Amino acid sequence: MLIKRPVDIRPSEITSKANYLNRRDFIRAGSIAGASVLAAPALGAVVPDERRAKLQDIASSEFSTPAAANTYEDVTSYNNFYEFGTGKDDPARYAQDFDPLPWSITVDGHAEKTGTFQFDDFMKPFDLEERIYRMRCVEAWSMVIPWVGISLADVVKHFQPTSKAKFVAFETLHDPARMPGQRRRVLEWPYQEGLTIAEATNPLAILAVGVYGETMPGQNGAPIRLVVPWKYGFKGIKSIVRISFADKQPPVSWNIAAPYEYGFYANVNPEVDHPRWSQASERVIGSGLFAARKPTLMFNGYGDQVAHLYDGLDLRKNY
Amino acid sequence: MNTLQTVRMVGKPLIFLLCLLPAALVVGDALGISGQLSANPVEDILDRFGNWAIRFIMMTLAVTPLRRLSGWNWLTRFRRMLGLFTFFYASMHFLTWLLLDRGLAVDPAFQWSVILEDLTERPFIAIGFTALLLLIAMAVTSTNGLRRRMGRNWDKLHYSAYAVGILGVWHYWWQVKKDTSDAWIYAVILAVLLGLRLYWRIQRASRR
Repeated sequence: MLIKRPVDIRPSEITSKANYLNRRDFIRAGSIAGASVLAAPALGAVVPDERRAKLQDIASSEFSTPAAANTYEDVTSYNNFYEFGTGKDDPARYAQDFDPLPWSITVDGHAEKTGTFQFDDFMKPFDLEERIYRMRCVEAWSMVIPWVGISLADVVKHFQPTSKAKFVAFETLHDPARMPGQRRRVLEWPYQEGLTIAEATNPLAILAVGVYGETMPGQNGAPIRLVVPWKYGFKGIKSIVRISFADKQPPVSWNIAAPYEYGFYANVNPEVDHPRWSQASERVIGSGLFAARKPTLMFNGYGDQVAHLYDGLDLRKNY
Repeated sequence: MNTLQTVRMVGKPLIFLLCLLPAALVVGDALGISGQLSANPVEDILDRFGNWAIRFIMMTLAVTPLRRLSGWNWLTRFRRMLGLFTFFYASMHFLTWLLLDRGLAVDPAFQWSVILEDLTERPFIAIGFTALLLLIAMAVTSTNGLRRRMGRNWDKLHYSAYAVGILGVWHYWWQVKKDTSDAWIYAVILAVLLGLRLYWRIQRASRR
């Protein structure tokens, strides 16, 4: 992994990075199925110990940002996951008892290989990678998160979509008994998201199954979620139970809820404001009470990898 | 001690301290004494001051109906204090936004043009700012002397407390991303408080 310290590093980040590098020493060869439950280091009781397990055999990635990651506590205590409530601290509180396993994922639509797979079987063909990504929320705050996941391009390739497949659609678990936020119709359940095939096969897109070298906490979308770092956070659909290869652009939840505020693409774009607030700058989580906002970058700074996907597309109209 | 003395000697200091408690807790949490701020501390403080401003305008507007329903005339003695605390929390909300969130106090690259853009292009901010201006006008004219000197005009000006209630709830409603359930609660309370006044006014008019 490329370790390049940015000049404007914050004291809080140095601490978190140190913790984080220590914990990397724990990562050893093995398989995801054999992920062992270890006594996790005390980094705040945001995730119950019995839900924390080390992931093993994780490769590093050239796509990781050299920026220092947020603390484990930031990443697991400040979440938007309406399935567990609309407050930022609701997911950490109400996902404590969410046991994701056993979990199955249905793959259907225009592909050669379709079917319903147990989580371990679904994961078996793919290699785990660590991707330290910037995450920019549509609410104008940002974090740096060390995800562990698999390349979505590899997943798409594995299921052999046919020439009819132009989009990939995703669906979250709909289970109000386990996801109390779904007892109120704040959004239409289940949560749905989608990407074009070109977006889904971009090397930056991953399906994440963990953070900080450990299995995914419930509040972050256990056991498996989408991460597309050049788009606003809400595109990163959590707790995925269905992946469909579609010939038409699939409906997506926030667009259904507020079509004038959230589009299908939702690329991070400092020049196109949300109708109610500016997207020109962002508050960096973990920077403290007296830190200035930071200018937001086009495509969240991932333009080199993804800008070509939108050649000729009017990003003001296709927000 | 008669009621008036009790209010002055015991009630007022007690209520004053109680009204300061939410602000003290913000400071305590910021220092890590009473608790902790969220991972987004500026937003946390902004939300808490804003929420308390709305709660205080509700309490202020509740004084008159409560007095009328209960017959406890001493309640009026607390109305100015509650109104001034509304002003206090709204000001703290505004200052948190200006100094910390927008960054006047912490951002070397701060530009007033950003504030101007927020006030002109984001209606929910303009609405909140209008409410603050009305609160300032009421706060500076809240002394006994000015009240006497202004006569009827004082009453007219201080009717804007109703407008502050409406603008405050509207401001809150409009900035919520999706889940408006808390905003609904405030809207219902406000509707009851203003509705009662309207009802009594119509009753009085029809009796004449």
